[in-house]
Amino acid sequence: MNDPSPLLEVRNLRTEFLTDGGPVRAVDGVSFDMRPGETVGIVGESGSGKSVTALSILRLLADNARLGEGSSIRFRGQDLASLSEEEIRKLRGGEIAMIFQDPLTSLNPVLRISRQLTEGMLAHGTHNAGEALRHGIDLLARMGLTAPERAVNGYPHEFSGGMRQRVMLAMGFANNPSLLIADEPTTALDVTIQAQILDLLKALNREFGTAVLLISHDLGVIANVCERVLVMYAGEVVEEGPAEQLLADPRHPYTWALLNAVPRLDQEPPADKRLTAIEGAPPDPSKPAEGCRFRPRCPFAIEKCGEHPDLLPVAEDRKARCWVTQGGERLLKPAPATSVAAPVKEDARPMLELRGVVKHYPLRRETLFGERKAVRAVDGVDLDIMRGETVGLVGESGSGKSTIARLITRIQKPTSGSIRFGEVDLATAPRSVLRPLRRRIQMIFQDPYASLNPRMTVGQILEEPLSFHGLVAGASEAKAKVGELLELVGLPARAAERYPHEFSGGQRQRIGTARALAVEPELIIADEPISALDVNIRAQIINLFVGLQQRLGLTFLFIAHDLAVVRQVSDHIVVLYLGKVMEVARARDLFAEPLHPYTRSLISAAPIPDVAVERRREHIRLTGEPPSPVSPPSGCRFRTRCPIAQGVCAEVEPPLAEHRPGHRAACHFSGQL
Amino acid sequence: MTAVSDEAAAWAAGRWGRWRRRYGLAAFGAALVVLWILIAILAPWISPYPFEAVDVTKRLQPPSPVHWLGTDALGRDVLSRLLWGSRISLFAGIVVVAIGAALGVVIGGIAAYAGGKAEELMMRATDLVLCFPPIILAMAIAAALGIGVRNTMIAMLIVWWPKFARLARSLVLVQRSQEYVEAAVVMGYGSGRILFRHIVPNAVGPLVVLVTLDVGQAIITFAGLSFLGLGVIPPMPEWGAMVSEGRELVDQWWVATFPGLAILSVVVGFNFLGDGVRDWLDPKSRRQ
Repeated sequence: MNDPSPLLEVRNLRTEFLTDGGPVRAVDGVSFDMRPGETVGIVGESGSGKSVTALSILRLLADNARLGEGSSIRFRGQDLASLSEEEIRKLRGGEIAMIFQDPLTSLNPVLRISRQLTEGMLAHGTHNAGEALRHGIDLLARMGLTAPERAVNGYPHEFSGGMRQRVMLAMGFANNPSLLIADEPTTALDVTIQAQILDLLKALNREFGTAVLLISHDLGVIANVCERVLVMYAGEVVEEGPAEQLLADPRHPYTWALLNAVPRLDQEPPADKRLTAIEGAPPDPSKPAEGCRFRPRCPFAIEKCGEHPDLLPVAEDRKARCWVTQGGERLLKPAPATSVAAPVKEDARPMLELRGVVKHYPLRRETLFGERKAVRAVDGVDLDIMRGETVGLVGESGSGKSTIARLITRIQKPTSGSIRFGEVDLATAPRSVLRPLRRRIQMIFQDPYASLNPRMTVGQILEEPLSFHGLVAGASEAKAKVGELLELVGLPARAAERYPHEFSGGQRQRIGTARALAVEPELIIADEPISALDVNIRAQIINLFVGLQQRLGLTFLFIAHDLAVVRQVSDHIVVLYLGKVMEVARARDLFAEPLHPYTRSLISAAPIPDVAVERRREHIRLTGEPPSPVSPPSGCRFRTRCPIAQGVCAEVEPPLAEHRPGHRAACHFSGQL
Repeated sequence: MTAVSDEAAAWAAGRWGRWRRRYGLAAFGAALVVLWILIAILAPWISPYPFEAVDVTKRLQPPSPVHWLGTDALGRDVLSRLLWGSRISLFAGIVVVAIGAALGVVIGGIAAYAGGKAEELMMRATDLVLCFPPIILAMAIAAALGIGVRNTMIAMLIVWWPKFARLARSLVLVQRSQEYVEAAVVMGYGSGRILFRHIVPNAVGPLVVLVTLDVGQAIITFAGLSFLGLGVIPPMPEWGAMVSEGRELVDQWWVATFPGLAILSVVVGFNFLGDGVRDWLDPKSRRQ
């Protein structure tokens, strides 16, 4: 900030959307500076205005958006708000580049990569056609694409998400931008690919001196890349400061809440498995509240919070919009709970036992007499679940974890193998045997927007299973039971009369949970139940699950791609890769001493929201992408990406061998990484 | 600040204008449709003459205060026949589309939900019907069954259901992979309940659009068959048959023109209404 000429200077930015329901102010008085070559992160939940801030800078807003009076966005001293459409177009893709969350929709599916890559250079007149292609290929190589000469002739659908993001970056860097705006660039990617892209962003920043404005909901990602952080809440910046200090010692209760709501990989989870969640949801932006906007959810609120606070300095180079910390007060870490969870009873026999479960999805023949290939989604999985415990199932996309959920619940029938539940083999049971068992195994789904029938009220959704399974006699009993269920998941009884679209994502996930609980199941399969939710809501839902488990003695199979979350809730963890189990262990053992190289690299790829820890940590970076499940590698499936693979790994498939009591790994060189 | 509020006020004031731009034509279409339905219901009371009253002394009279739309070759009042004729045209159009849609949804829905051989069988049967030019096939069937409103409608139904079956199948396929359907499977509900209580209600949107757009089409087809002499038995008034009776009377333009205009207006009405329903159901066009 001692540099006299900042690259980007945003002052009092206010963006309103004019709607039929009146104006909605998405961004309300945001000011910040960026020096050349600086990396700045904006973090906040959905609806906080972080993306709109980025879009406002490049004026990429919808027709009904307006910049408020007094808003100024100066880029190299030039006011972007007053530029003509022609002039701002020259800046976009020239001096300022932008990449988005979903690289599939930001690339044109019917044009070759070469065309899209050179278009920007030709439009800006920086290169002629021949040079542009050469330059494009160089850029693709720089972005880490293998065989860039071949890649330029491909179409977007031929690339994976991570590769497409690399292509987007190459397009962004075609004209040597001085500012890159990245809006949730890694949110749609797997954690090992995310680590690769974040490394690339940092390297580009170092080499080209490009300033990076990174927008993310994930504090770990921000900590990994950014020097300075802005925290946004309800359209305002509530805290600003250097990443290291801000994350270690937050001065706004909202930052504090964000930090404590995410489980951390470098810390042992508390015995009661609970997270620190704040209540409630962000305010409705069309009705701004009086006083501090965070006050209704703030655990530290004092009398003075009825007045609206300004963003004021709280320490050197740090500002916060909070009365509580104005006087230099610290927000202390929540005390870890001391209550101890009941130990899991070790039954003689597991409640659910998968043996050699296989699911292949046959593909169409490519030629008339061609070989009939199949997607080997699940390829011989053994899995035990004990009564009353939570088993975590982790793996990247394509590992087969969701397929396993659908096989246990018999939404799909396994190709072979057995799934023993009680005395019944679910894999082969006919419908008549299955139907009474349905009640005992229930599922909670990933997408809270798709898992509830939009044409039924919440009351109907909860009542249907009750009457179908004959659990209630008559309408009045059903109504009472619906009320009980809603209360159990923390929703008011009047929610029964409303339709799913009237609820937020977190509330819908509660409704989905209530539906599963309606039939009093013993085993609940939760398939990525929190990955579509904001961090605070995630914490609320996890606490709900943990509480329900303790009260009702439920058994959970918890499926997620986020290791820290799985560790928080699970007793046992199963690591899956390309349809096979790589490692099984008690949660504590798995993190204390991971044996499989894949587990180790997963743990190391997950970012931790603490700059100091992140810097100290040793990083194992996996190269490349997971191979196709249609033709998995011979021998060990992980060998193509494994840093310690040797000749034998290609020939002999390692068995899932017990290396310590209860700790098994499928690797020839267990524990050697 | 004030600039923004002014603009917001202007935006709010423009709400009626935006509504009119989006739904103006649809409202016009709806008005036409409602008008014709009222006419069909009230025909016996609002017709100035009985539709079958022949008066050869007054044949082929031009429009006049006595006979607003003139008289035909048998001296029958064109206006009365036109008003009565709306009953058959609207009835045939609506009933054919309603039954055709119901049949198509059941067939297409079951095909999509069952999959495998059943789907193959039902969809190939659909393709088979779709292979023939619909009006020719309907003509052939109607001719084989014999003249009459009921037989013509049966013939139309036979060529009408396949397009609904196709649409219903694709809609059900989209819904089938939704998580709420999987949740219903996990609850142990039977296939019939899942298909008709959970999937179909969520797939009706585009079907409603097709149904509304299609009524006009069915009315035209029915009129076309009547024009060719298949639809109604004389002296029952029907628009297509009336156009047919007037087709050689070039100087007596009113005999064919007014029923033609009636067909045009009711079809335009249903089309505008259908477009409006589509816009209203499409979340992308409804945003803002």
